[in-house]
This record gives sequence, structure tokens and C-alpha cells, in this order.
Amino acid sequence: MKIPVSYTFRNLWARRWTTLLTAGGMALVVFVFAAVLMLEEGLRKTLVDTGSYDNVVMIRRSAQTEVQSLIDRTQAALLESQPTVALGADGARMVSKEIVVLVNLNKRDSGRPTNVMVRGVGTATLTLRPQVKIVEGRMFRPGASEIIAGRSAADRFKGAGIGEMLWFGQREWRVVGVFDAERSGFDSEIWGDADQLMQAFRRPVYSAVVAKLGDSARFDEFKRAVESDQRLTVEAKRETQFYADQSEVLAGFIKYLGLTLSVIFSIGAVIGAMITMYASVAARTAEIGTLRALGFPRSSVLAAFMLEAALLGVTGGCVGLFFASFMQLFTISTMNWQSFSELAFSFTLTPAIVLKTLAFALTMGVMGGFLPAVRASRLKIVDALRAV
Amino acid sequence: MVVEIRHLAKAYQRGDQIVPVLTDITLDIAAGDYVALMGPSGSGKSTLLNLIAGIDKPDSGSLCVGGVDIVTLDEADLAAWRARNVGFIFQFYNLMPVLTAFENVELPLLLTDLGARERREHVHAALAMVGLSDRLEHYPSELSGGQQQRVAIARAIITDPTILVADEPTGDLDRASAEDVLNLIDRLNRELGKTIIMVTHDPHAAAKARSIRQLDKGELAG
Amino acid sequence: MYHLKMIFRNALRHRLRTALTVLGIVVAIVAFGLLRTVVDAWYAGAEAASKSRLVSRNAISLVFPLPLAYAGKIRQIDGVKAVSHANWFGGVYITEKNFFPQFAVHAPTYFDLYPEFVVPPAQLRDFQRDRKGAIVGRRLADTYGFKVGDSVSLRGTIFPGNWEFVVRGIYDGADNKTDVSQFFFQWEYLNEVARKVAPRRVNSVGVYVIGLSAADRAAEVAANVDTTFKNSLAETLTETEQAFQLGFVSMTEAIVVAIRIVSYLIIFIIMVVMANTMAMTVRERMSEYATLKALGFGGGHLATLIFGEAFVIAGLGAVCGIVLTYPLADRFGKATGTLFPEFRVHDETVWLQLACAALIAVVAALLPCWRATRVRIVDGLRNIG
Repeated sequence: MKIPVSYTFRNLWARRWTTLLTAGGMALVVFVFAAVLMLEEGLRKTLVDTGSYDNVVMIRRSAQTEVQSLIDRTQAALLESQPTVALGADGARMVSKEIVVLVNLNKRDSGRPTNVMVRGVGTATLTLRPQVKIVEGRMFRPGASEIIAGRSAADRFKGAGIGEMLWFGQREWRVVGVFDAERSGFDSEIWGDADQLMQAFRRPVYSAVVAKLGDSARFDEFKRAVESDQRLTVEAKRETQFYADQSEVLAGFIKYLGLTLSVIFSIGAVIGAMITMYASVAARTAEIGTLRALGFPRSSVLAAFMLEAALLGVTGGCVGLFFASFMQLFTISTMNWQSFSELAFSFTLTPAIVLKTLAFALTMGVMGGFLPAVRASRLKIVDALRAV
Repeated sequence: MVVEIRHLAKAYQRGDQIVPVLTDITLDIAAGDYVALMGPSGSGKSTLLNLIAGIDKPDSGSLCVGGVDIVTLDEADLAAWRARNVGFIFQFYNLMPVLTAFENVELPLLLTDLGARERREHVHAALAMVGLSDRLEHYPSELSGGQQQRVAIARAIITDPTILVADEPTGDLDRASAEDVLNLIDRLNRELGKTIIMVTHDPHAAAKARSIRQLDKGELAG
Repeated sequence: MYHLKMIFRNALRHRLRTALTVLGIVVAIVAFGLLRTVVDAWYAGAEAASKSRLVSRNAISLVFPLPLAYAGKIRQIDGVKAVSHANWFGGVYITEKNFFPQFAVHAPTYFDLYPEFVVPPAQLRDFQRDRKGAIVGRRLADTYGFKVGDSVSLRGTIFPGNWEFVVRGIYDGADNKTDVSQFFFQWEYLNEVARKVAPRRVNSVGVYVIGLSAADRAAEVAANVDTTFKNSLAETLTETEQAFQLGFVSMTEAIVVAIRIVSYLIIFIIMVVMANTMAMTVRERMSEYATLKALGFGGGHLATLIFGEAFVIAGLGAVCGIVLTYPLADRFGKATGTLFPEFRVHDETVWLQLACAALIAVVAALLPCWRATRVRIVDGLRNIG
């Protein structure tokens, strides 16, 4: 393009308010777009980070979640004794037999009740889940009415903070520790001794069995052995896959809704850009005629206006992205429809999202500017010059 | 002959009516000529100027400028041809409001292969010639009408074009500024030997030219 | 009336610009309407719920059942007119996408407590006589083509296995708010099969539904029920049906709030676009306004012209948008199938759409109008655009 770039920049500056308003409209759209992508990413990160690739989760066949599943002691013992299961440092099998129930707790901010996952775990659980670390207090003592709460749960639910008490299963449970699970799904859970919880709820059956594989590559072998055994009625999945599946509906919903909204919003922004660019062309008709008379080719005029539109888009994109990045300070907590329990996740910004967002903004600008730029380039010189 | 026109005709479409503007124009302009085209409003003088400058296409006839029949050139070639061969001086100066005087004059050079340093030298020279060396960094809004026109003239001569076309160059100027501009154009013709074709309805301006051609209802008189 | 003529002709001067602005407003109004309808649909279940029926569940959470034995005790509580019970089945009809609520209900008593579920008496009788019978809502029948006499197979999740039912009746809603997308079958059948495949779940009730003798005694009766079972193995939490339904909605509150915010955001975006358009338009016509002022027209006239044009454009966009909202909501409702109990555009939404359009027009015209009325005649006339 032979027309100097400074010409385009200065023209945007010359019509400052219009530029600001148009870019502002785009910034809003970009904000929504980026926020949705960040939310998706946050959800994915939370759920995928829940669990390790080397762990296998087994629940009863046809149950979709741990809460619906029942595995009795006999079956649990059979699963524990599978040869492919890893052995811990102390020689014990790295297996956690867990009971999972939902308990209604009141939120601290709204006072309204919601379902919280309470997981009864075995002593091996922390070795199976190395990403979980106790950051306050201590682990519960087996046999005691003690529980530990995930960071999110402790923050958001009444009675779940360290030193506080919760009442369920006809007992008082003291929160003796808070654990950090690196912002994964476990952060929204409350953990206690499986045996104590089973007694309190009068449920002498487990919900799920989680085992660490001695050799992760032997997963398929393990799965086949466990699913074809006549004495067992379980389904085995890698822990990461299990949690990913749990959020499928919610993730899909966010993605679908977000995409629809972004498309609708972008129409508004593109229309705004179009109106602005058409006005810009109209205001500079005489200039365009002059440039063409001087010998600048049509392609240069087209490029100059496309650049102007693209700059509008990029400006809007940067502003929108800037404000969207502040969303990282917020957490969303909502009920995951599949697990029926509350899940907290946040907005996560990644370089990929930054690139996607800027590309989206650029595209909006270019789409808005295309037709006006074409009009500018196709002006007849004599007509344009006449319009002083 | 720098400009050779044979049987040029041009008509415009207004709604569903076809209005003829020029009928059978034949005209020669020699190198170094300073011609004023005069005539009443609607006589077609501006149209003729536009055709010679290559910013409009005739319906029929031939038009050779500097030996090239520009009627046969396509859009892209015509643009390139204009850049090298035509200098424009408009009634309303037609400067880019967002570019400084320097940058406005530099504009046509961006279509050449010259480097930044060479361009700068040319611009300085052109602005010196029109007496505006001290106004390089001013924007058009900071210049008077006469000064803006002189910047436009510097822009018009910077590529050393074959012809200079001026459409009512003094139409928007006060008496004194108009006088300055006309003197400048005169110098370009006498000292630099530039071929100048000027459209005007101001007889005072026309008087400065070497020859005057009258247009009436699309035909050249005399 | 001269004003009106000028307003319309002015709006048509820049046909492309006006068309684009109108299009932008249409898109924003439609999006706003659809989003609000989604929020309304979210709350629809709770809106239709009764304040004179109580729902009693295990105090720990819905995941825990209540013993069947409680039925008798509840019936004896003062203020209780009738009791029934139901279990959430949560099965899958062919694929997970075909979601609709399925309940195993106590056939003899359930439909007495739900007078808004209108079932032809003969069909109700057939249902009660058939162990494997099922009564489905009209919306289910329409969506999946269920007819009386059809076999329907559900894949159990909580109660594993393939469950076969025969449709014995189709219920309609007493008014258009009633949820007619539910699937009911016999609790006795569930209990019978549970003995074989899920012995832990035998004689377990999900919720008790309680009918009141007097609607204003709801709080009192609810408290009585809970007191009766306090300190027992399964403590209850009893609340009005509406409170119960609202409990679900509040769990996904974050999403609803987000959708609400977003719906106003789009209005804001279009407001910015339209403000920009009006500002540009007025700026370009400044010399005309100056001329009018020179001729003697005061600020009021200018304001009428500018606000008038804004309202005409916004009005056109709003009308087209509102008209389009209905068919689009219909399409969306069909696309989500039975996910929402109802999906229709409420009147309140339409009023809000109009209000938003008016707001857009006012905000867009405000600053340009102020500028135009304040311009000095000589400055304006000098302005060539």
C-alpha cells in the first residue's frame, strides 16, 4: 500500500469520538467473547485437573455419577486386589475406597442452600492425589468425627471453615483442616473418614473405588479385566476422563451459549463499524478523489480503509481484552447438572485465548470495513472531486 | 505537440436522459504552452480538463498526451500514467487535512522508487520554489488559502510532470493571494517551461495565460 | 405535521445508514428478548409451583431417601389433608440429550394432589390398574410421538437395567403454565423391581408430597412435619413446593445472573452504536440546523426533529425485533426439546423490549440534540460538513 500508514492513524485520531465509540462498542463484544472463552477454559482446567491420568475410577455400571453408584465391600475388595494396581511405599495397595454423598449446606453470602459433595476417603487418598495438600490444620484422624474442607468449600459454605462445625448424619463434624487442590473440582468438596461417614449415613456400601495403576500403559488391560469379570458390575475410566465426562453438559452449555451470544453481539459491533466506516468514506470523498487523481491505484485506497477498519477492531480488541483480564479475579460457583453438586471455577486467561480474541476483534473490524472500503476504492474520480 | 486531441466526445447520463457535454473536440497544445480554457457554466471546460488529465474517459475520439493515447490505457495503467505525467491544481486545494505541508508535497513521490532522503530533498526544493520553506510542519488548517494553494502547486510540480492542469486555481482566493498564485504559475511556465492548461471564468486570470480558448455548449470556438 | 414529514425524509436520506442502524437494533432487541425468555423458562417450574402443596425430603440432601413408614405418620399431622410420595427415576430415553423428568409416583394418591394435571378418568384408571403403566405429559407426547398404548423403554441410572413401560394416559395442563413434560409410572413397580436389583433402595421414598387443608397453614404444617421427625434416623426438611423448586434454580443462579447481565450488555452495545450514528448524522447536518435557527426555529423544534428521527429508527427496529422474537423463540424452544418445562415469550418481555428501544433512542439523541440547539448560527453556517 503506497498511502502512508500515518494517514490512516491520523484520520482515526481526527474523528476521535467516533473512533472511541465504535472501538468501545467492539470492546464490549470482545469482552463477552473473551470472558466466555476464559470461563470455558476455567471449567476445563478445574475438571481436567481434578484427577490424574494414572488413576482409574470405578463406579457401578450404568451409573453416571459417583452419587448414583453403589459398590459393595466384596466387589471393592476384588477391585483392590487386581494385579495391575500399584503398591505404595509401605507395601499397601494404592487404592481409595470412597463413599460420595451430597449434603445440603448454606452458602455464606446468600444464605441459600445448595448441594455439596462430601467424600468419605481412605487413608491412601492423599498419596493417590498428590496435587491435594493440606494448607491449614491437619488431616482428619481415622475413627474421629473430623472432616477437612477444600479451599473453595471452606470459603463459600457456612460452617465449613477451619475450626467450625457441620451437622449431618446425626453427628457434629469438626473441620480440622483445609486443603488446596490446585483449583480443581476437589476444592469444592468436603472429605472425611469413609468408615465414619458410612456409619453416620447408614450406607455400608461404597460409591466408587479409585486405584493408581502400577504401569499406566496397562490401563486397557485393567479395564478389560475388571469389566468382564462376572463377579463385578463396574465401569472403569481414567480419572481425568471421568471428570471430563462429568462436566460435558455444563461445558457444552457454556460453549454453545457463549458462541451464540458472541455471534449475535458481533453482528451489532460489525454494523457499528460499518456505519462508522461508511461515514468516514463519505467525509473524505474529496480526499479519495484527490489521491486517485494523483495516481494512487484503487488497491491503495482499499488497503488504506481496510487498515483503518482493522485498527478500529484491534483497538476494541485490546481494550476489551484488558477489561476481560480482570475477570480472573472472580469465581463462578454453580451446580454441575451431571454431578448435581456445586462446583466452583474461575476465569482463566491463556495466550491462546488472547490470540483468538484479537483475531476475532480484527475480523469484526475487517468485516465492518470491507464494503465501505470497496466503495471508497470504486469511487469515480470526477464525482469524488466534485463533492467538496 | 504535447497534447493532441482528435474528435473527442463525452456525454453524461442524468436519470434516463443522456446529456452531451463535449461534441467533436479537436485541439493541439504545444510543449511550453500556457492555455486558458474559458466558457460559461456548463460549457464543458472542466470536463475537457478532466479528460486531458486522465481522470475521466471520453466516449469517442483520441487523446494523446506526451505521445501516449491515454484512451487505450486501463485503470491501473492510467493511474500510473497520471502519477508520472500530470500535476493537479484544484480550486479548493484538495490537500490532505491530516498531513503536514511537507507530507502533502511528498505524497506523489511515494508512487516512485525514490528513497526517503531523495524525497526529502525534492520536497525542500519544491517548497522553496513556492516560498514556503518555513511552513513545512504546518497542517492545512494552520495555513491561509493562498498558502494552501502554494503547497498544492509544490505538490503538482514535484514529480516534474509533462503537463500541469489547474481547475479554477484562484476561485477561492482573495485578490492578493490570487495574484501571488497566478504569478507563481506564470513563473512555472516562463522559467521552467511547464505546459499549463488552466480552466477559469476569471478574465483577469485568463489574461495571464499565453492563449485563450473559448468553449461553448461543448464546442471549441476559434 | 411538517415535523413528521421532515423526520421521515431525513431518516431516508442515508438509506444505507438507517438500514444498518435499524438492523442493529433488531438484532439487539431479538437477542434481548430471547435471553429474557431463557431466564423466564429457567424459573418457569418454580413459577408454576404451588404454594399450597408441601414437599418433604431428607434433611441431609435429596440424595438420601425417607422411609416408607413416614407416610402414615405424616397423614396424622394436624393440617395435612392428603399425602403422596414420589421417587426421581432419572432414566435415559434413548440418548442423554432427550432429557425429561421421570417420577415413580404413588398411583392411588398422586394425581389427586395435582389437580392441574388433567387426565381423562378412564386413562387414569388404566394407569392405576397396569403395574407397568405410565402417564406422560402432552409435550412429551408431541415431542417424541408417544400415544396411548405405546411401549416406552427407559435405561435406568440410579436403578440399573432396561425398564419397559406402557403409556396408559396423556395429561394436559389446566393452564399454559403447567409443566406438561413429565413422565409418571407406578412406585409399586419401582419398589418391586428394586427388591431384585437394588435391595438397598427398597421401601425408600424420594419425596413426600403433602396437601394442606388450608393454604395459609403451610409454614405451620411444614414445621410440624419436621418436628415430628427430628432426631430420628432420617430427619426431614419440609417446604412449599415453590420454595423447593426455587431451591434448584438458586443452585444455578450464577448462570442466570450471567445471562441477565449479558442481555443488558447487548442493549448497551447497540446504544453505543446508535449514539455514534446520531452524533455523526447531526454533525454532518450542522449547517442545516443553523439555517433553521436563522429562520427562527427554536431549540424545541430541533429537539423534535432529532429525537423524532431517533425514535422512528429505534421504533422500527423494535417492532421488527419484537415480531421476530416469537418465531425465533419457538424455534429455540423446539431445539431444546423438553429441557425447559415451557418456553414462551412473556408479555413483560415485550414491554421491556419496547422500553429498551425507547431508552436507546433517548440516549442516542441526547448529546447531539444538545449540541445542535447550542450551536451558534454563524458557526453552524460556516460548517460545510
